[in-house]
Amino acid sequence: MHNSSRRGFMGKAFGAVAGVGVVGSLVAMKKTWDPLPSVKAAGFTTLDMSIYPEGELITEKWRGKPIFVLKKTAEMVASQTESQKARDVVVGDSHFMIAIGLCTHLGCIPGYNAAEKSFLCACHGGQFNWAGEVTKVPPPRGFDIPPFKIEGNKMILGEAGPEYQAMKDSGVTL
Amino acid sequence: MAHFTKATSVKDWLNQRLAIEKVEKVMASEYWIPKNINFLWAMGMVLAITFTLLLVSGIFLLMYYQPDVKDAFYSVNYTIMRDVDFGWLWRHIHGVAASVVFLIIYIHMFTGIYYGSYKKGREMIWISGMLLFVTFSAEAFSGYMLPWGQMSYWAGMVITNIFSLGGLHMDGLVEWIRGDYVPAQAFLTRFFMLHVLLLPLAIMGLIGLHFAALRIPHVNNQDGEEIDFDAESKKYLAGDKAGSKVMRFANDFMSKDMMVVGIYLIFFFYLVFFQYGFALDPVNFDPADGLKTPAHIYPEWYFLWSYEILRPFSVNIGLMAFGFAQVIFMLLPWLDRSPNAVPASRRGAFSIWFWLLLIDMIVLTAMGKLPPEGIFSTIGLVAALAFIVLWIALPFITMNEKKA
Ligand code: HEM
Ligand code: FES
Repeated sequence: MHNSSRRGFMGKAFGAVAGVGVVGSLVAMKKTWDPLPSVKAAGFTTLDMSIYPEGELITEKWRGKPIFVLKKTAEMVASQTESQKARDVVVGDSHFMIAIGLCTHLGCIPGYNAAEKSFLCACHGGQFNWAGEVTKVPPPRGFDIPPFKIEGNKMILGEAGPEYQAMKDSGVTL
Repeated sequence: MAHFTKATSVKDWLNQRLAIEKVEKVMASEYWIPKNINFLWAMGMVLAITFTLLLVSGIFLLMYYQPDVKDAFYSVNYTIMRDVDFGWLWRHIHGVAASVVFLIIYIHMFTGIYYGSYKKGREMIWISGMLLFVTFSAEAFSGYMLPWGQMSYWAGMVITNIFSLGGLHMDGLVEWIRGDYVPAQAFLTRFFMLHVLLLPLAIMGLIGLHFAALRIPHVNNQDGEEIDFDAESKKYLAGDKAGSKVMRFANDFMSKDMMVVGIYLIFFFYLVFFQYGFALDPVNFDPADGLKTPAHIYPEWYFLWSYEILRPFSVNIGLMAFGFAQVIFMLLPWLDRSPNAVPASRRGAFSIWFWLLLIDMIVLTAMGKLPPEGIFSTIGLVAALAFIVLWIALPFITMNEKKA
């Protein structure tokens, strides 16, 4: 009895030490897999918005991801529905479709068909219109919009300005 | 005991220290195998040999491969393929074996399903086998990342995105897995680690478990007959070799096994030398480019069936169907409600179920390769639904099965 309770105590004591060790190691392992600070810090890109031609899709790069920039034609701007206006980004007096160019399904880059003014994702057949809304599943929602801040004619990607914050709050983008 | 005498031979010296004679008996000459089996029972050995080929060729590739986003593509496509003497041989062996191993795994699995070798004490064999399948899949995927070509990059992108779990938007988890916003250096190095160390270790451990799980129930046989291994082995040892229903693992069964292995190896090296193209995707001979998706993204052939189950649905339902396909095989021993462990051909409705499942998976595989348009989309959707319906129907089909 005396003996076994002493062993019991030793077992529990070891269990406690091992438990602390296991939790500590798991934390260290999880943190080691986190993105490095250098990766997180390199997350800003500045675009000059005055150089884009109308009606042509230009692809920029931010955090390694393609960013779609489409300066809308007067015709497009005039035809915008309410939900399309909600995604519209205005810089000076130009209107833009700005989006992370990755399919919201599983992340392929959809191709833009200028004649049909729409995007087709070759991976699983998803489709989007020129305003960035989804028109055919499997993608669950329109293109995500990267955090942006407008400063005069410049746009800083990676920083959340008031226009972006408003879109996020109203659920236009994630 | 710990009492040692002067050794009379090297064998005796080892025997006193390592009991090698006893080990040999337990592992080989008195490990009993039923006689009533066919060449399909050699697939396990074929798999073990193929794994060895992967391990050996991998060790040689490892000596020149550079896990760096700037150099990886070059180190594989130029250094290994052109500069290193016989470098191409290791790469062809590794690529062909990675593809063929799945063909053999599928044959091995469907043999198990056909003969009911997953029930009556063989559940752990089945579960450890499915864990091997899952680990092999992860091993194949991580290896596919290493040449850092277009398919590596985009497969890496799409597959890691699955972990955002659709409507749950776990983007933080995806970035954690990648160590970056997109697949980049951190991603490549960690998948390199998984491919050359952690997953092979897990595979070797699981192969050990798989063999241990075979030990007590022994392998099944062509009639699903319950053999009294004690009685039959006594008969054999008493000299009635012809009357006994069992034989020694070594050298008797091994000699048959190695016959099949020999034929397999001739076929295998024919592929390595003359038909290796199927194992190396042409799109992956373009270096990774994060700003250009290839026109068609499809996984290697052995993942196509489960990919096709993901594809026709909206994202959340697709992920649920995909998750279902990943775990459902694991549950087979419990979804099959019939106690009959006999060949499918003697099990009535189950036999139809077996062939439908096999055909459905072949259809899914074919559709997964084709672009998701028009009639192919429809066939893919029907086949994906059929897969789910078949598995849901299984308990009901087998519940009322007559005693065979
Ligand atoms: C590299 C992977 C694998 C290796 C090296 C391997 C090896 C083996 C070996 C040597 C045997 C005994 C001989 C035989 O019956 O063929 C065996 C049996 C078996 N394996 Fe595997 N196996 C692997 C993967 C799998 C997978 C993915 C499954 C499917 C779930 C599986 C299920 C089984 C079953 C059910 C048996 C028993 C067969 C019977 O009793 O008739 N194995 N395995
Ligand atoms: S990634 Fe675009 S449809 Fe799946």
